Amino acid sequence: MPRRIVSSIQNIGHRVIESTWRLGVASRFFILVLLKSGTSLRRFNLVIRELYFTGVLSLIIIVVSGLFVGMVLGLQGYETLQKYGSESAVGTLVALSLVRELGPVVAALLFASRAGSAITAEIGLMKATEQLAAMGMMAVDPIARVVAPRFWAGVISMPFLAAIFSVMGVFGGYLVTVVFIGVDEGSFWSQMQSAVDFRFDILNGFIKSCFFGVAITAIAVFEGYDAPPTAEGVSGATTRTVVTSSLVILGLDFILTAFMFRGVS
Amino acid sequence: MTTETLIEVNDLNFSYGTRAILKGIQMTMPRGQVVAIMGGSGSGKTTLLKLIGGTIQPTSGYVKFAGEVVHELNRDALFKLRRKMGMLFQFGALFTDLSVFDNVAFQMREHTNLPESMIRDLVLMKLHAVGLRGAHHLMPNELSGGMARRVALARSIALDPMLIMYDEPFTGLDPISLSVIGNLIRRLTDALGMTSIVVTHDVQESLKIVDYVYFIADGVIAAEGTPKEVRESVAPFVHQFVHGEEDGPVPFHYPAQTYKKDLNLEDTFA
Repeated sequence: MPRRIVSSIQNIGHRVIESTWRLGVASRFFILVLLKSGTSLRRFNLVIRELYFTGVLSLIIIVVSGLFVGMVLGLQGYETLQKYGSESAVGTLVALSLVRELGPVVAALLFASRAGSAITAEIGLMKATEQLAAMGMMAVDPIARVVAPRFWAGVISMPFLAAIFSVMGVFGGYLVTVVFIGVDEGSFWSQMQSAVDFRFDILNGFIKSCFFGVAITAIAVFEGYDAPPTAEGVSGATTRTVVTSSLVILGLDFILTAFMFRGVS
Repeated sequence: MTTETLIEVNDLNFSYGTRAILKGIQMTMPRGQVVAIMGGSGSGKTTLLKLIGGTIQPTSGYVKFAGEVVHELNRDALFKLRRKMGMLFQFGALFTDLSVFDNVAFQMREHTNLPESMIRDLVLMKLHAVGLRGAHHLMPNELSGGMARRVALARSIALDPMLIMYDEPFTGLDPISLSVIGNLIRRLTDALGMTSIVVTHDVQESLKIVDYVYFIADGVIAAEGTPKEVRESVAPFVHQFVHGEEDGPVPFHYPAQTYKKDLNLEDTFA
């Protein structure tokens, strides 16, 4: 019995050491990507090409999801607020929920599953089919040529996608409450306008989405580059990208919210 | 043909942890020759190519390429040296997001400031040399295995390297593609004045085209010689390898305890 206890403690120890070691490798890789970003910035067309794959191709899922999330928010918000006769505040509710929280967070979760997984799979498969090794043998650094452009494209795309998500959400809320239910259009917009603060709400939401963009793409490129060069390895890495980024997004969101909205009523 | 040495491998050792992969390898490869490195799977052939290309570091000994010790170079110098090398990977390793044309143009665009019109002409010339000028607009997933290998060959000669390393270039090819690739290796080596190292276990095809052969077994050079010497060799390992015999110095059976013991028959027949 004591042997089993010792071995399970050893197991925990091994896992902790392994995770810490991996975190260290990932951090070094992240620094390396930043240091080797010169090529991406000099030859910006490399980033633009990736912007299309990570940003533009994620638009559909972001636009549609934003619209529905806004519509549901409008509907639920109206149901609750009308009990207190303050249904005209539904615009404020929709806008603040989206701009502060749901826009950045849900857009980031969708971005992690749509673009993050694609980045990991692509880099992982390039490694498995020796394309990265071939590039290295051609005296072209794969981190500078393949990883960095994808990283920057993800970092640039994320705030735009979060903003588009929020805009579509507000539009969805407007459609349901004003167009279908008949809430007064003037009070919907004017209450929203007076309640939403540029610095506290919009800017903070933007900063959040920037953090999420860096976190998701850093995880995605690392998992792809670190993936064992087999079918199983790449599929495992893709799953890890989605799971790890989702958890990191939610964790980061809490920390950022705690800092940003502390003491704001 | 000149006999000037391009690559010198001296007492080269390499281990993964405590497992020794290469033990005291000694080789010289003159310019302008096609040299084959043969040996069974897992004998350390590909590791040797990686050491020549500087993607891994030797445990001891050195590889000297064009007078420079590869593992002593810093990153920039190593990258500069690699521009003089080309490598053909086992399955081509073409960039799947780029067309055939862009694959061949890749190095020219990365390493030179040539105008696009000149790159176009050069790419078409390289593709013409491997017989695939007409396929320049295709994507890698539209190519057969043999065609992909030829495009990869055109890509590896893009900057007219001094050396091309071929990692198992004949694997998985039909007989026609196989002899096309074999002949291309020989013709391009002669026409461009390069040196070629072919890592392979395809004995018959490679003996037709190479100038010299090294056999690696268990991390050491088991035999070496010209194709004629190799064909006539009576050394047991070379004979077994060249004639594809099932049993010999390389045993058919993986080491195990006695057959009787495995089947629990020892007591019965003791």
